[in-house]
Amino acid sequence: MRRLFVALVVLALIGAGVAWFLSAPKPAFDAAQTQTLEQGGDAARGKLVFAAGGCASCHMTPGQEDRENLGGGLKLASPFGAFVAPNISSDKDDGVGAWRVIDLANAMISGVSPQGEHYYPAFPYTSYHLAKIEDVRDLMAFLRTTPAVPGKAAAHEIPFPFNQRRALGLWKLMFFDTARFAPDASKSETWNRGRYLVEGLGHCAECHSGRNALGGIDPARRFAGAPDLEGKGVVPNITPHESGLGKWSAGDIAELLKSGFTPDYDSVGGTMAAVVRNTSQLSAEDRAAMAEYLKSLPPRPAPPRPAKTGG
Amino acid sequence: MKVHTIALSLAAALAATAAFAQADVIKARQEAMKATGGQTAIVGKMLKGEEKFELAKAQAALTQYVAVGEKGPSLFPAGSQNGDTAALPPVWTNKADFDAKFAKFAADSKAAQAKIKDEASFKATMPDLLKNCGGCHETYRAKKS
Repeated sequence: MRRLFVALVVLALIGAGVAWFLSAPKPAFDAAQTQTLEQGGDAARGKLVFAAGGCASCHMTPGQEDRENLGGGLKLASPFGAFVAPNISSDKDDGVGAWRVIDLANAMISGVSPQGEHYYPAFPYTSYHLAKIEDVRDLMAFLRTTPAVPGKAAAHEIPFPFNQRRALGLWKLMFFDTARFAPDASKSETWNRGRYLVEGLGHCAECHSGRNALGGIDPARRFAGAPDLEGKGVVPNITPHESGLGKWSAGDIAELLKSGFTPDYDSVGGTMAAVVRNTSQLSAEDRAAMAEYLKSLPPRPAPPRPAKTGG
Repeated sequence: MKVHTIALSLAAALAATAAFAQADVIKARQEAMKATGGQTAIVGKMLKGEEKFELAKAQAALTQYVAVGEKGPSLFPAGSQNGDTAALPPVWTNKADFDAKFAKFAADSKAAQAKIKDEASFKATMPDLLKNCGGCHETYRAKKS
C-alpha cells in the first residue's frame, strides 16, 4: 500500500515536472541579439505598422480621440473573464518607454513579456508572430515617439484557473503556430503582401473565426465568422462563400477597408468601425492586397445565426 | 366578474397596441436607415466615378440626411430596445450622446447643403460627412452579417 502511494506521488511529480518543462516561455530572441536588433528603425514607417496592426483599437486610452494616447485600460470581454489592455505609451515606468526592440519582438512574435512570462492571446501574438523583424523595429521606433502617459492600466479580471499564466505554455503548444512568415513563391507579390497584412499584422482571423472551448481558433471555421465575444451580434464570414463575401468584388472589400461602406452602402458598425480607422490609413495598394488575399481564401459556410437582427 | 373581464381584455388590447407600436417604430427606423443607405449608394457611386456627378442627386441625398438626423432621436423611444432590432442598449443608456450624434449629423448635412455647389466641392465635403455613419454605428449598432 505504502509502495503504491509513493509510486503515485512520484508519478504526479514527474507529470508536474513535465508540464512545468513544457509550459516554459520560449522567447524567439535571446539577450545576445539585443544590440543587433536595436539597429535602425524608422518611426514614419512604424506608424503604418501601428495602423496595420490596429494597435490603437485596444491600447488607446478609452473616452478620448487621440490615437497616439496609449494609456490602455480598455476592457475586452471573453468567456474566460475580462482582459484589460495595458499601457503601451512611451512612459518609462508604466508603458513601454524602457523596452528595447528585442522586448517588443519577443512580445509580438513569441507572446512572452520582458519579465519572461506568457501573455494571454487576447494580445494577438497568434497573428503578430508573422511580423517581420524590420516592422517590429519600425513599430518600436514609432511607439517611442508617442506621448508618455503615466498610470498603469488595471489588472486583468481573470478568475482561477485561467489566471495561471504558466498554463498558457500548454495552450500555446496546442494552438500557437510559431512558424514565421514565409512568402509563397507560387503566388503574386501582392497576394503575399495581402496574406502578411490579413494573417499577420491585421489579425483579422482573431475576431472573424470560430473558436473551440479552450479559445483556440478552429481551422475549419477560420475566417468563416463567429458570434461576437464582446456582446450582441455576429462577426461576419469574410471567406468568399455565399454566406460571406462571395458576391463582393476585391474592389468592394478594398472600399470597405477605406471608407467603411459595404457594397449596399451600409456603414459598418461595432469594432469594425475602429478597424476601418486603421485600414483607411494604409496605402490603396495595401488595401487591394488584403482584398486579393481574402478573395483567395477557401469558401467556408458561416455558422448558424443565433438570432435574426435588423435595423 | 364582468368588470374584471373588460379590464383584462382592455389590458390585453393595450399590451398588444404597445407591442405593435414598438414593432412599428423599429420598422420605421429600419426604413429610414435603408432610405439613407439608398441615397448614400448614389453618393458613393458618384464619389467613385461610377456614376456621373449630378448636383440635384447630391442635394437630394443631403435632404434625406438632414431629415434622418432631425427625426432620428424620435425613432428610438424608450422601450423600443425590445424586439427584432440591432440597436444596442447604449442607445438608451447614453441617450443624450446618441441624440447629439444625430443632431451633429443634421447640422453637418445642412452645412454641406450650403457648401456643395459642384463636383469639386462635393468630393471635398462628402467623405468627411459620411464619417458620421460609422461614428454612430460603432457604439450604437450590433455587428451584422
